[in-house]
Amino acid sequence: MTLAQLPALQVILPLIAAPLCLLLRSGRLAWLLSILVSATALIIAVLLLRLVLENGTVIYTYGGWAAPWGIEYRVDIANAFVLAIVTSISTVVLLFSRVGASWEIKSSEQSLFYTAYLLCLTGLLGMTVTGDAFNLFVFLEISSLSSYVLIAMGPDRRGLTAAYQYLIMGTIGATFILIAVGLLYMVTGTLNMADLANLLPALEQSRTVRVAFAFLTVGIGLKLAMFPLHLWLPNAYAYAPHVVSAFLAATATKVAVYVLVRFIYDVFGSSFAFDSMPLQSILVVLGAAAVLSGSTVAIFQHNIKRMLGYSSVAQIGYMILGISLASVSGLTATLVHLLNHALMKGGLFLALACMAFQLGGTRLVDLAGAGRRMPWTSAAFVVGGLSLIGVPLTAGFVSKWLLVVAVLEAGWWPVLIVIAVGSLLAVAYIWRVIEMIYFRSATNPDEHSEETHWSLLAPVWLLIVANVYFGLHTQWSVGVAQRAAQMLFGGPG
Amino acid sequence: MSSLPPGLILILGGLVLPVLPRSVQAKGALVLPVLGLLQLLFLSEGMSVDVEIAGYSLLPVRVDKLSLVFGYIFYIAAFLAALYALHVRDTTQHVAAMMYVGSAIGAVFAGDLITLFVYWEITALTSVFLIWANRSERAYRAGLRYLVIQIGSGVLLLSGILFYFHESGSLLFTQLIGPGESLVTAGPGVWLIFLAFGIKCAFPLLHNWLQDAYPQATITGAVFLSAFTTKLAVYALARGFPGTEALIGIGVVMTLFPIFFAVIENDLRKVLCYSLNNQLGFMVVGIGIGTELALNGAIAHAFVHILYKALLFMSMGAVLYRTGTIRASELGGLYRSMPWTAAFCIVGAMSISAFPLFSGFVAKSLTMSAVIEGYYVLTFIGLLVASAGVMEHSGIKIPYFAFFGRDSGIRCREAPIHMCLAMGIAAVLCIGIGCFPDLLYALLPYPVDYEPYADFGHSLTQFQLLLFAALAFAVLLRMGLYPPEQNAINLDTDWFYRRLAPNVIHSITNNLANVTDRLTATTRLAGRTLMRSVIRHYGPEGTLARTWPTGSMVLWIAVLLAASLVLYFV
Repeated sequence: MTLAQLPALQVILPLIAAPLCLLLRSGRLAWLLSILVSATALIIAVLLLRLVLENGTVIYTYGGWAAPWGIEYRVDIANAFVLAIVTSISTVVLLFSRVGASWEIKSSEQSLFYTAYLLCLTGLLGMTVTGDAFNLFVFLEISSLSSYVLIAMGPDRRGLTAAYQYLIMGTIGATFILIAVGLLYMVTGTLNMADLANLLPALEQSRTVRVAFAFLTVGIGLKLAMFPLHLWLPNAYAYAPHVVSAFLAATATKVAVYVLVRFIYDVFGSSFAFDSMPLQSILVVLGAAAVLSGSTVAIFQHNIKRMLGYSSVAQIGYMILGISLASVSGLTATLVHLLNHALMKGGLFLALACMAFQLGGTRLVDLAGAGRRMPWTSAAFVVGGLSLIGVPLTAGFVSKWLLVVAVLEAGWWPVLIVIAVGSLLAVAYIWRVIEMIYFRSATNPDEHSEETHWSLLAPVWLLIVANVYFGLHTQWSVGVAQRAAQMLFGGPG
Repeated sequence: MSSLPPGLILILGGLVLPVLPRSVQAKGALVLPVLGLLQLLFLSEGMSVDVEIAGYSLLPVRVDKLSLVFGYIFYIAAFLAALYALHVRDTTQHVAAMMYVGSAIGAVFAGDLITLFVYWEITALTSVFLIWANRSERAYRAGLRYLVIQIGSGVLLLSGILFYFHESGSLLFTQLIGPGESLVTAGPGVWLIFLAFGIKCAFPLLHNWLQDAYPQATITGAVFLSAFTTKLAVYALARGFPGTEALIGIGVVMTLFPIFFAVIENDLRKVLCYSLNNQLGFMVVGIGIGTELALNGAIAHAFVHILYKALLFMSMGAVLYRTGTIRASELGGLYRSMPWTAAFCIVGAMSISAFPLFSGFVAKSLTMSAVIEGYYVLTFIGLLVASAGVMEHSGIKIPYFAFFGRDSGIRCREAPIHMCLAMGIAAVLCIGIGCFPDLLYALLPYPVDYEPYADFGHSLTQFQLLLFAALAFAVLLRMGLYPPEQNAINLDTDWFYRRLAPNVIHSITNNLANVTDRLTATTRLAGRTLMRSVIRHYGPEGTLARTWPTGSMVLWIAVLLAASLVLYFV
């Protein structure tokens, strides 16, 4: 095996393992295979990232067919960074799900669960790694279809309607992307992204290209839950099995954000998107609205999972704001937040899952007095919450700091106020939970429930410690994101 | 060892404490400040540690004379307070206290603004537990108000830092106003930082968190609180704003207005809070004058103030511990039961009143000479009045009403031995510094060629001042003119936001209702409609929060697509 095969292996490994899981039939064996595959994918992603950081872009052509005719995989710093995020979160969630999934998913369906999980992983990795616009659509469909299945698998019957709505919305989004890719193919005759990037500047005035751009931004906006296209997200996250919520919240929207960044900055080019098109004003307005509305709604939620879902909408708003700045520092803030938000939301959803297993629900009242019964899980939730607010010494602070510096650089004062208000609103909704956990006594004190199993705590704390680590040691995360941003702006990879 | 940030020993040690058995925790908390002080002795001046984080060069540790003097006194105060708290069997309090002290010390050694901000916030977050540890509804609410204000100060600080960094490109924590500039021309960044420091330093009108929260703290918690938060702010002002003229005025007002509240206040720990506020005023004046002598005065004052204020809080805490009350109207005549505590309290009272041969005198003399040297006549008169006031409320009132005065009939035991020991050490330090001021002067950042007792006239003035203040107290008391200690609630400016603001809004709407019924009806309706619309849109079943029918979701897609298409074509 040579290093040149890594981009292909990254996707093919989980793709092949998925049907194997189905054949294994035993949930335990399927889990073992999944975690092996996910860990291997993580190793591959890390190797790729190191390779790319040292040698620049890695290109893999399928079947030796050179682009633009064949399909090529193109790994540069930006997508290698995203690959590392997705594979590491997937591995941690799988560590959790040995016990975690068995509590929510019938043992007869567990091999199916892991099949869908691996397919979803395949799709997400494929979307990230591919350099072909149509191929991207295919992987988008793979990841979407499998995530509908995952969401509907939980014991909560409302998951079925949530999955159905996500299916409708996701399909429309995917269709829009397909229409956009078709339109682009019509005018340029190519599906290769690098090739498109070369041909499109000459066609800036073409109406077809403009329509394609509109379909593309709306289509991807649906997948990344951009306000006001986020309506599917809170229910999907709230009623899915807990492990699935953690996995999707930390990876799926992140990959969609990456795809948006790739199309805006790389394929269409920032001069087309921001100078000829009024994308900037659209994104600023929608991003700010997402931050304010998502955070405000989160304050009033009774169900903590749904609250975290709305908080995700707000956090995606921050990423959109970073993209809309059209500057290296803004893009850096967005890319760093991809990592940091994955860490905090993954940690929070997993901690909440632990509480749900022990205390019997994810409603706010269920958590009363959890601080005494489950000190470790509660502490994890608090640290994760602090990171979400953006308290110094946590990863969340680093993202907010970078975003604020970028906004100051552009001199956008109103946006600064939006960020400040958003942070205050986050304090409010996290404080509600903290107050319930630590300052209320349990509603049914006679019922004796204890700290959760260590095998569930370990993955939670892995993510929480990562939150603190990346809050203190920013050299790596910010450094890589900065290089990726410079590369997307046409600088040296 | 030397690269370890000072204060970290206490923060990490505080985190380890819960692992220890409950009976050992208090002793552990006693050992930590000693270890910290040892580490401090190994630090040499001019040492610093710099790191690069995200492209910003930070200076988490910077050792100079100004930080060292605060480091020493913080560790001494921490040791005394921990000794005083030896009987406490509450993990939360020990952990919170150690982390609080550690972060205050870390802040004093922070060389850049970001590090300062981080420690600044940790002091707020940890200290609030010393108030909550009282575990009463009142303490919880007071603590919450305290936390909101302290975090608010942190948020102002951070935004100030951002502005400042944007303007000057530097994160170094040094004098923030350039030589040719004044506070007015310094720009929004410096203003915000000044305001943040001002809140923590309890500037007039920004002060009420202090009198609101500290009296609600636990007996031992109040001793910790009295020493660190406000003195950290004094340090920050001395570092960032020496010689800022505005501080002189602010400081004089600070020394004067708490006197009136202190004289009529019944809760003796609250009296101490007002006098704390008044003492801070002296330091702020010194920083405002900004000459070497004045800065030395402010810093020396902070140093001795920590000792005697802690001593006074400890003695009042001991009274509260033994009798269960701290209201002047319920106390009196305790000197029979608690002779030692009474004696220590009197030492503290004489120190704070600046009797010659007590520590307050040698520090306050520096500030007063700096005021005279600079010909600040009005300031001088203000401070003189304030000095008489200090004598009135802290020097006489506290010991008089607690230990002498009308016999309350309370007979209790003397304070526990460890409390007496802590108070005794503090008292010895107060007298020691008063008799041998050179020990203190050697620690100050600038060379001191001042001999407080050489100027006999000054000592005489001070004596006369104090005697007349005492006379006034005696005469007023005899003639029945001294405000009697009543079990009442005194209103301070926090009344504006705790009572007035809600009441005013209420009465305005009511009055309007009398005048124009219709108008109020509309305003009320508007208010209600606003809240209802917030709930309608954002509430649990709000438009933006409820589960939408799939069709409506799709409608939004169509709207957005159409909008983008139109925008892209225009």
